[in-house]
Amino acid sequence: MTQITLLVNGKNKIVNVDDDAPLLYVLRDDLNMKGPKFGCGLGQCGACTVQVDGQAVRSCVTPAMSVTGKKITTLEGLGGSKNPSKLQQAFIDEQAVQCGYCINGMIMTASAFLAKNKNPSDEQIAEAMSGNLCRCGTHQRIVAAVKRYLMA
Amino acid sequence: MNTFTRREFLKAGSTGVLMVSFSLSVEAATSSGYGLREPRTVSREALDSWLSIDQNGKVTIYCGKVDLGTGVKTALAQMAADELYVPFNSIEMVMGDTATTPDQWITGGALSISQGGGELRQAAANARQALLERASQKWQIPVSDLMIKDGVIFPIRNPAQKASYGSLIGEGFNVKVDTKVPLKKYTEYRVVGKSIPRVDIPDKVTGEYVFMHDFKLPGMLHARVVRPDSIGAKLESYDDASLKNIKGYVQVVRKGDYLAVISTTEWGAVKASRDIKVSWKKGPDLPKKETIFKEWKEMPLAKEEITQNVGNVDSVLGSGAKNIKASYNFPVQTHASIGPSCAVADYQNGKLTVWTASQATHSMQHELAVITGLPKDSIRLIYLDGSGCYGRNGHEDAAADAALAAIALGKPVRMQWMRHDETALAPKSPPRVMDFEASLDSKGNIIGWKSDFYIALNHIAFMKPLDFPLLAATDTGVPRPGNWVGFLFQNSGAPYAVPNISVNTKHVAQTFLRSSHLRSPGRIENSFGNESFIDELAVASNTDPAEYRIKNLTDPRAIGVIRAAMKSANWQSREPAFKSNQGDSIAKGRGIAYVRYNNSITYVATVADIEVNRNTGKILVKNLHVAHDCGQIINPDGVQNQIQGGAIQTVSRVLMEEVKWKGSDIESVDWASYPIIRFNEVPKVHTVLIDQPGTPSWGAGEQTPTTIPAAIANAIFDATGVRMRTIPFTPESVKQAMREQAKANA
Repeated sequence: MTQITLLVNGKNKIVNVDDDAPLLYVLRDDLNMKGPKFGCGLGQCGACTVQVDGQAVRSCVTPAMSVTGKKITTLEGLGGSKNPSKLQQAFIDEQAVQCGYCINGMIMTASAFLAKNKNPSDEQIAEAMSGNLCRCGTHQRIVAAVKRYLMA
Repeated sequence: MNTFTRREFLKAGSTGVLMVSFSLSVEAATSSGYGLREPRTVSREALDSWLSIDQNGKVTIYCGKVDLGTGVKTALAQMAADELYVPFNSIEMVMGDTATTPDQWITGGALSISQGGGELRQAAANARQALLERASQKWQIPVSDLMIKDGVIFPIRNPAQKASYGSLIGEGFNVKVDTKVPLKKYTEYRVVGKSIPRVDIPDKVTGEYVFMHDFKLPGMLHARVVRPDSIGAKLESYDDASLKNIKGYVQVVRKGDYLAVISTTEWGAVKASRDIKVSWKKGPDLPKKETIFKEWKEMPLAKEEITQNVGNVDSVLGSGAKNIKASYNFPVQTHASIGPSCAVADYQNGKLTVWTASQATHSMQHELAVITGLPKDSIRLIYLDGSGCYGRNGHEDAAADAALAAIALGKPVRMQWMRHDETALAPKSPPRVMDFEASLDSKGNIIGWKSDFYIALNHIAFMKPLDFPLLAATDTGVPRPGNWVGFLFQNSGAPYAVPNISVNTKHVAQTFLRSSHLRSPGRIENSFGNESFIDELAVASNTDPAEYRIKNLTDPRAIGVIRAAMKSANWQSREPAFKSNQGDSIAKGRGIAYVRYNNSITYVATVADIEVNRNTGKILVKNLHVAHDCGQIINPDGVQNQIQGGAIQTVSRVLMEEVKWKGSDIESVDWASYPIIRFNEVPKVHTVLIDQPGTPSWGAGEQTPTTIPAAIANAIFDATGVRMRTIPFTPESVKQAMREQAKANA
């Protein structure tokens, strides 16, 4: 076990972690976050996505030890139900959820993408989101939410 | 916060020692909106079992159905609010808690709104009537002279005289549900028919929602079950010596072939499940994947049944101007939920409490009683939203796996399946083979139609619990024979008027992979056969396939959805596209399919607009025009969400999904070996909602998928002249079919 400090959603958090513990388990189990979800543990589906220094990363295959001193943002860090971010509000407005298990990854991936792409084409949006899987078939509404964000 | 100290639990509980674990309820409910409530005496007959109203007029609906991510929590609340004449936001829904909700049977079969909502609506009407009668007695004014607005009753002639529901409720209703109490007239609906936003979405997009996977209990241990990706394997021995170095590792729990590793930390449990040395004796080989459809037809049958038998088909088959035969195959597929299943179980003082995302909590009381040996009434299941399932996925298995560990340890246990558990081992849809034969007269009229459907025998019965072969059951020596797969004969019957017709189902006695119902079970496969075959007949008659369907239908609502889909797609009669596009490397085509679900409820017609890359064989579905008539619509946006999701998910099933295996090893274990559709492959879904106010409300989750396979197959034919009869239509299989056709034409 090693004691490390993680900067999560603007706050320093001291945690004791296994040297090989993925960030996902530290966020969910030690820091009680519910945004990032376990989907595959293989970096294949994107349900666990968080942002590290603005980049969307798969927290299930990112060692917690590797992100000390970096700025970690989770879904909770974007906004809450009382004060949702513009992108979260776009997902609410488009009712872009079915079961909602993948939605963390969709919003975290889209928000990292939108921070760097102010006027993307439909193809660029689809391409940017293609690493994230949704089983319920919410894709059309997720894209509509991203476009609503761009229009607003 | 969704974790509590023991002390807080004890403080919250006021009903004594036996209630310790149940007393979690108050706080869990506060934090999650679900959670544990005080147990109630529940029966389907008692009105108080269905709803309660507090002094402030807050209405709590106790619903045996659950919301699997489809939005029915919102839609059912709309139905109840309207029937009660209360504002939508005065309704709170409790769903799927076996200790507080009536058994409304499993959530599935397109029954959430029609059956589930119908029962809630009846109860709400009874409650309204009882309260009106109380006001009537209080004021000595006939019920017919009273009105209700927003949960307040008043005399029509003296609106200032008011009595709120809260003031009349007293100790509750204390009456039985009377099914003769009249329902509100549809013309008076104020909440039904509106696209009320889903109540769960704001919390789900902000990380505040407590999914099953997020639920925690104090002192909870983490478990992973250890199973090979192999069917029928027996546990010979294990060695956990090397696990002692893993931080948090506690012990294993073994019972027969059931093996779980336990850790105080989740990561410790993951590592232990990966590192434990286990020797398995493999099960017998499964039928060969390569020849599965042939083998499926040769398996022992339990029975044959006739779906349709009119005229004398044998006297006309083979004697028409044209005689056509075709066979269609649908592969084994899996739910492939995005989140592997998870459950938390606690066993204290002889009582087992399981938090689960199961679609069948009431059934699971029975199923867990059989496995654990505990009396059914000492088992409580509480529903929490999980990752979407489309029938019975791994949720129920994880619940049983968690229960075994919790009972062995006497401590709360969180059982989380890993990706390979869910993809490889969760129940599968059984395969399907369908043989068709028809004869046409010289004008293209169908004079004879014969079809045989090789389906898995089903043991599920309406309103009865399942005896499902949960892995925890078979692992611990509890025999669970049978196939719990749903009503697979449905939609085998042709919806078209044919003078001589014979439709038979042949019921394969035992599936070779553990099988369950997967979205639109039976109907999606059978409709692929029926709607591909009618298309082949239309082609043989040189008739426009949409008009050919209409010609053979009489029901105006059936014709209505077909015309609506045609209009949305701007469908014009023309020669098949392949007759004029042979030089194009991208061949474009369109296809149509029509289904009335169960041949008795929701009507759907879909036009698919696709592209085939002749060089790679890759199919791209560009547009799907879905016209949908599910009777009176409760929540239009909710219906549209289900149509879009069902359409996109089925494109995935049609183009890429089949479970693979070799020997007894399942080879589909993750997203690389069981790929599903991605953003750059999804079609645009155009929906046409046909509302039918005043008619029964039917399901909207399972109906669209039934039309998609044939619509795509028919579009591929239009584009290329190649008839795809085996799903999935992968680039390899499409290229192969095009090569064979070229050879045949040479």
